[in-house]
Amino acid sequence: MTVTEDGPAREGADDDDMAGGAGLPGDGYVPSARRLARERYRRARARRATAVAALSTLVTAVVLYLVVVSAPGWPRTKETFFSAHYAREAFPKVLEGLWLNVRLLFVCGAAVLVLGMLIAVARTLRGPVFFPLRVLAAAYTDFFRGLPLIINLMIVVLGVPALRLQGVTVDPVLLGGTALTLTYAAYVAEVFRAGIESVHPSQRAAARSLGLTNRQALRHVVLPQAVRRQVPPLLNDLVSLQKDTGLVSIGGAVDAVRAADIIVGRSLNYTPYIVAGLVFVALTIPMTRFTDWVTGRMDRRRAQGGAL
Amino acid sequence: MSTPESTPVSDAPVLRMEAVRKTFGGSVVLRDVHLEVAPHTVTALIGASGSGKSTLLRCANLLEEIDDGAIWLDGEEITDPRADQDAVRRRIGVVFQAYNLFPHMTVLDNVTLAPRRVHGVSRAQAEERARELLERLGLTEKADAYPDRLSGGQQQRVAIVRALAVRPRLLLLDEITAALDPELVGEVLEVVRGLKDEGMTMVLATHEMGFARDVADQVCFLDGGVVLERGSAEQVFGDPRQERTRRFLRRIVEAGRL
Repeated sequence: MTVTEDGPAREGADDDDMAGGAGLPGDGYVPSARRLARERYRRARARRATAVAALSTLVTAVVLYLVVVSAPGWPRTKETFFSAHYAREAFPKVLEGLWLNVRLLFVCGAAVLVLGMLIAVARTLRGPVFFPLRVLAAAYTDFFRGLPLIINLMIVVLGVPALRLQGVTVDPVLLGGTALTLTYAAYVAEVFRAGIESVHPSQRAAARSLGLTNRQALRHVVLPQAVRRQVPPLLNDLVSLQKDTGLVSIGGAVDAVRAADIIVGRSLNYTPYIVAGLVFVALTIPMTRFTDWVTGRMDRRRAQGGAL
Repeated sequence: MSTPESTPVSDAPVLRMEAVRKTFGGSVVLRDVHLEVAPHTVTALIGASGSGKSTLLRCANLLEEIDDGAIWLDGEEITDPRADQDAVRRRIGVVFQAYNLFPHMTVLDNVTLAPRRVHGVSRAQAEERARELLERLGLTEKADAYPDRLSGGQQQRVAIVRALAVRPRLLLLDEITAALDPELVGEVLEVVRGLKDEGMTMVLATHEMGFARDVADQVCFLDGGVVLERGSAEQVFGDPRQERTRRFLRRIVEAGRL
């Protein structure tokens, strides 16, 4: 596997310039035999890699298929979980329910970002006046990050109506949304706080030296940098929120999960759950891809030497 | 380059420090510092690393709280706990060793942030003055660039423009060439020389001894947290009274830095 074949030994920095193509116009650069041989080798290696990957994927798929299909309970499982008939019946209902999940995502997402930011800022406030606020914010994040979401939902969705308070809603969607917001605001507050702390103190020092007050320094110098850095983890939390909107179904709100549930209850066939699950996955994929894209773009920017 | 807002007729010192003491944890960084800076003069702080030059500047700008002693700016005691710290900082410009430009803002926004947000200047006026200053420092084309697209020397010149944009009474320069490649040091020092000619009052911590000798009206040699020697540039560099100063300067000469 000789990489370099004998050719006119040409010394020059251009040899390794793969991106340079034929070089700059007019500099009379002709790729050396050495470079051509290297490129040939690299192309062959890439072809080989693609072939190996394709073969490996095929083998894995076949093995998985055989294992599942040859399982003793497969015919039964196929009927209860992968029934085309029930899938067709469930799909429109699940989609209808999904609209509620999407609305919940947007409303709760916005509320979570605002509340999370307020809590994060409250934790960074200095001065004795703000002491109770700092303590409250810290206690809030500690409590709601530790409390399992499902328990939080049950307390809010089932417990609040039980109080029979005048003027307080018993709508499971509103209460479920509130519970989601409470938990996710705690996560997002921590993300924002980490962002605020990741901004180097010298930035604050520079801002204060210019005469900016503490609040102005936070608003114009620290927060903009903190938020930009935290975009990938924030999007990650939003993806997670998106699928957790399915949990509001425990209060009886008819979202995608509940819609599937109703059909399952009637037919005793679990296919609608599979449909609902796949619909959630389909909804999440664009968002995760978007997150990857944003993260990748920021990494590239950083690699170019910029902080942002 | 920028005329101070109010130029007192008297020669009363712009900055005065008396018996300033500053400790970090167990270590005494400034022991007993006395300093006077007359209007329109340049004071150079020299001394080995860790001798307290940067701390002295940070104390003068109230970025660090002093343990004892007092500091006056234009006759007003700024170390009084009742003094308005933000108001004090508005009158003092600072240029840092690491530039500390705001990476999420263009050069123009970096420069106009304080005039607009702190001094209530309109955007149009702030930008006009910013462009004027940028032009004088040869940065016209960089106004809309982000800091990370600039060379170190350009970034430091932007930092100087940013400090000047609010027409400070006093400019503090903290080893502003220490992070620069040797061939970029000159362009920044040239700017400082220009500021001196225009009468800006400056205090600079520096390792550039040749520059300090050239530009400073007053040179202070810091050692062990005190101003060990204070005098004109000729006196401190030409005929140092203290043995420690002599030793320090000899090491500098041996290193080829003077």
